[in-house]
Amino acid sequence: MEVIETAFTPWASLIGGLLIGLGTVLLMAVRGNVLGATGILAGFMTPSSSSDWAWRAVMILGMISAPIAILLATGGFPTIEVPVNRWMMVIGGVIVGIGVTYGSGCTSGHGVCGIARLSPRSITATLTFMLTAGITVYILRHVIGG
Amino acid sequence: MEKLLVYISGLLFGLGVSIGGMANPAKVQNFFDVAGVWDPSLAFVMGGALLVTAPGYWFLFKRGKPMFATKFSVPTNRTIDTKLVAGSAVFGIGWGIAGFCPGASIPVLSTLNPDVVIFTASLIGGILIAKGLMKMSANRRAEAQTA
Repeated sequence: MEVIETAFTPWASLIGGLLIGLGTVLLMAVRGNVLGATGILAGFMTPSSSSDWAWRAVMILGMISAPIAILLATGGFPTIEVPVNRWMMVIGGVIVGIGVTYGSGCTSGHGVCGIARLSPRSITATLTFMLTAGITVYILRHVIGG
Repeated sequence: MEKLLVYISGLLFGLGVSIGGMANPAKVQNFFDVAGVWDPSLAFVMGGALLVTAPGYWFLFKRGKPMFATKFSVPTNRTIDTKLVAGSAVFGIGWGIAGFCPGASIPVLSTLNPDVVIFTASLIGGILIAKGLMKMSANRRAEAQTA
């Protein structure tokens, strides 16, 4: 794998985080649901009822509208730089899908919604996936790649 | 009205992910590369999200109920079990390998970036595999009980 250096963007990232927070609080205020991407996607793929499917579809539509809004406003899509090859996307994707299903959530569900509620399960999950992600990147870059 | 607000919620989330750099695998992997080209930006994404969500949730829960539902649907399970820890550990490995997590890849699907499309398709495959495996083991348990 190659290494692509990225600039430290505290302001853009802070603003991005605040917007994620606003969207998360809005969904709770409107429907009383946590904004976990895993739960929304899994429920969209295997819906329990048509009304349950509908709000998830609208939510996903809102999400995918964002890069288009950014394109219209700035003339370009958000930056996506991929330092790894396609096989890593396939392997990583399948592993993420299995992990978030057994772990009942991902960065948004556990890392934002769960920690905001001070859920002990979500705090444990977040510390765990941050740690294993760190170890994985270390091994890929400094043990195998180094 | 409900649908419009849900749409805006998704839009805000998607904008946040895109602007914050969460959907840029190089930035995600650099966040975890403390021993190399460390980019601490993503801590600001998490921090910013919690800065709004923690007091926002607190206020909503105190206030009573959502606008278009009879109650808040918040997970009530408080048991930390092997499934939670093992699943989260596995998720972290995949996140480190690809640099995308589910909430980051879904919004940027509309860029039609091939890596995003391949990651998300594989993610859905992984979710379906896990759901199938969980169903199989639940069936086996039920059979063992009736036998």
